[in-house]
Amino acid sequence: MHIRLKVWRQENTDSAGKLESYELQNVNEDMSFLEMLDVLNEQLMKQGVRPVEFDHDCREGICGQCGVMINGRPHGPLKNTTTCQLHMRSFRDGEEIYIEPFRATAFPVKCDLKVDRSSFDRIIQSGGFISVNTGQAPEANTTRISSPLAESAFDAAACIGCGACVAVCKNSSAALFTSAKITHMALLPQGKEEAQDRVLHMVNQMDAEGFGHCTNTEACEVVCPQEISVLHIARMNWEFNKAHILRK
Amino acid sequence: MLDAKIPQGPLEEKWNNYKAHAKLVNPANRKKLDIIVVGTGLAGSSVAASLGEMGYNVKSFCFQDSARRAHSVAAQGGVNACKNYKNDGDSVYRMFYDTIKGGDFRAREANVYRLAECSASLIDQAVAQGVPFGREYGGYLNNRSFGGVQVSRTFYARGQTGQQLLLGAYQALMRQVHQGHVKLYTRHEMLDLVVMDGKARGVIIRNMDTGAIERHSAHAVVLATGGFGKIYFLSTLAMGCNGSAIWRAHKKGALMANPSWTQIHPTSLPQSGEYQSKLTLMSESLRNDGRIWVPKTQDDQRPPNQIPEEERDYYLERRYPAFGNLSPRDIASRAAKERIDAGYGIGPLKNAVYLDFSRAIREQGEDKIREKYGNLFRMYEKITNVNAYTEPMRISPAAHFSMGGLWVDYELMTTIPGLYALGEANFADHGANRLGANSLLQASIDGYFIAPYTMANYLADEIKSGPIDIKHPAFEAAERAVKEQLQLLMAIQGKESTDYFHRKLGHILYDKCGLSRSAAGLQAAISDIRALRTEFYNNLHVPGGLGLNAELEKAGRVADYLELGELMCYDALTRNESCGAHFREEYQTQDGEALRNDKDFSFISAWAWTGNDQPPKLHMEPLHFEFVTPTVRSYK
Repeated sequence: MHIRLKVWRQENTDSAGKLESYELQNVNEDMSFLEMLDVLNEQLMKQGVRPVEFDHDCREGICGQCGVMINGRPHGPLKNTTTCQLHMRSFRDGEEIYIEPFRATAFPVKCDLKVDRSSFDRIIQSGGFISVNTGQAPEANTTRISSPLAESAFDAAACIGCGACVAVCKNSSAALFTSAKITHMALLPQGKEEAQDRVLHMVNQMDAEGFGHCTNTEACEVVCPQEISVLHIARMNWEFNKAHILRK
Repeated sequence: MLDAKIPQGPLEEKWNNYKAHAKLVNPANRKKLDIIVVGTGLAGSSVAASLGEMGYNVKSFCFQDSARRAHSVAAQGGVNACKNYKNDGDSVYRMFYDTIKGGDFRAREANVYRLAECSASLIDQAVAQGVPFGREYGGYLNNRSFGGVQVSRTFYARGQTGQQLLLGAYQALMRQVHQGHVKLYTRHEMLDLVVMDGKARGVIIRNMDTGAIERHSAHAVVLATGGFGKIYFLSTLAMGCNGSAIWRAHKKGALMANPSWTQIHPTSLPQSGEYQSKLTLMSESLRNDGRIWVPKTQDDQRPPNQIPEEERDYYLERRYPAFGNLSPRDIASRAAKERIDAGYGIGPLKNAVYLDFSRAIREQGEDKIREKYGNLFRMYEKITNVNAYTEPMRISPAAHFSMGGLWVDYELMTTIPGLYALGEANFADHGANRLGANSLLQASIDGYFIAPYTMANYLADEIKSGPIDIKHPAFEAAERAVKEQLQLLMAIQGKESTDYFHRKLGHILYDKCGLSRSAAGLQAAISDIRALRTEFYNNLHVPGGLGLNAELEKAGRVADYLELGELMCYDALTRNESCGAHFREEYQTQDGEALRNDKDFSFISAWAWTGNDQPPKLHMEPLHFEFVTPTVRSYK
């Protein structure tokens, strides 16, 4: 395959960036998208051009570190697929592909396609946990949790923290990410004790980081590699209102 | 002489005896003690969180952009614990025995027993953190069976057990960050260990976003930096996984144990081309329902579904009738290699075997299989464009787990006082072959339940030390050396990229220090690696500058791999026997099984660094089997 690329190049957070054009010949359709970028970087290095910086690590769709806008869509054209799991067979010979970083106020660009998503860590730090010190746990089977409930909690807990939901959202809202953690823990009996504080703190932190509000466009669910449901956002809102009303 | 400091007494009392007599640090003194933890996978997150909860001053470092991304996240199948919830005869002793046998009797009895003993507590801890393990309809925890054992002791969260366990540990860590007990540094990579008066006193760290070189001091340093299987270039590991932290500690005096024992995982996706950057693992749990086969005729061009049943060779079921498709990983990988080398391999590059679910789908229905493995089948289809519900998967062996690592004693301390190695970064519990679902277990147990006790035993004597000064000459010297090395790599300005050298190293190691090894091959590999290292330092091209620069990060790691690879070959060359993952062609039975030599090789090889281009120095820790008798490891 022959591919024409328009890649966002930006030296650092403070500098202005722009799209640069590159061409690649002999792209194999079984290559992953990131392997195509590896090949591009080899070519750029041979030409004396600084290679493109991009985030990636596990390359099997679970670490959540990769993620770029591909033709305007986070993680590219396939549903429920991270950038690393996308293959060149999803593109046409001769196609022009635009590659840009995830863009949001709370995700500043570090360099080229690399962004800073530490705001997600701070949302978790504000309450995305169950307070149990090592050694305090009771025997695991003392609490029965029905299989469907455990599976529902899992569906929410499966979030990989990639940030595609923020990148696609016209408001740059982190509602899907935040609500997935709130739901995971609100559903389980272990998490109920701290449910009120958790939702209040996490929502406040989300706002403090500069993420926008959710206006229910539901684009986040469409691009989520893990199929996290927008229904979690409804649960977050419900938990949030409940916490406000019941707060002592 | 290496002293593993195994506590006296009967096997089942050793750990309790140790805990009863270990020194303690009282809560008021803990905040005076600084601890550095490098790595935020299961071992690193769990130990940093646990130490933070206890009140120590902890600094946690990872190279990823978030602690949640460490490669423990990718473990799929499960975590073992001898809860005996299935009432099928499991016990601490049974799990201990399975693990020590699985490791081909090349691990310490006391360590392995402790691993089994602590396993039940991990499940309790993880459930309390909110890890959504699979459950039965009555609401109790469910188990599945896994390779190398005959009971069901594996707990799982669909095919994402590692992710869920890691998120539990990560969240515990984030809680400690919020409370101020742990200070977190993401995108920070350790480039050297600082040793003062023989003790580990700190690290030199590179901020990967700015390129700044930082000094951090502490009373103890924990390396929980994972395995180095990425040395083979094509592996199941993440792209950033590396051996640099442990290698640089090794060059500062920590011994490396059994470095050549690398687990080659049997069920990974085969390589499809030269551009390939990694091999994706398909969980071993698939072998519960999938059957492995190759055609009975060589070079069979027919699509798999057109090959009739009687023309298929289910070689694992044929060779190992008792364990069949659930044979341990080393056995399954070697059997696959045997068939592939003999010309029965399938796929365009003839480098794979089939993993077939047609019988399971016929017997249990497609829905049941989808419920068990849906995410894995989806992943397979994304990568290969093949629907495994209708056509068998193509799988092939790939470098996966490092059984070797820094030598540690029973307290998980390396040969440098105050330096600990946890999880895959150490060598301790898996012997010459790790059983499936024991990796998440070992990383967690080391971090939650062992190091918090054993480190106190050391730190109790450090209370009087006071803060460690980062202006000490040892910090100056280490920082200077790190900066010089980075400048050296930048200054070569040759023609080839880091990946070029890494791929070449991978080829050498797969070929000569992989699934099967020979003395002649290993000797050739040593000289090949030396030549490659010379070429690296003459012809490497690192673009960009000393700031944010992914190519510079890779170059530093590959520079270390080029030394570590040589040590692996020495290690394999010295061990004139076959055991577990280490298969020396000269030492096999008539039917091609591993031929262990307990008389001469029942020891742990622990290597000392002597400088480049010189043979490393071997120390031996003899293995004593007081409680079990090593037997021929048979899965037939």
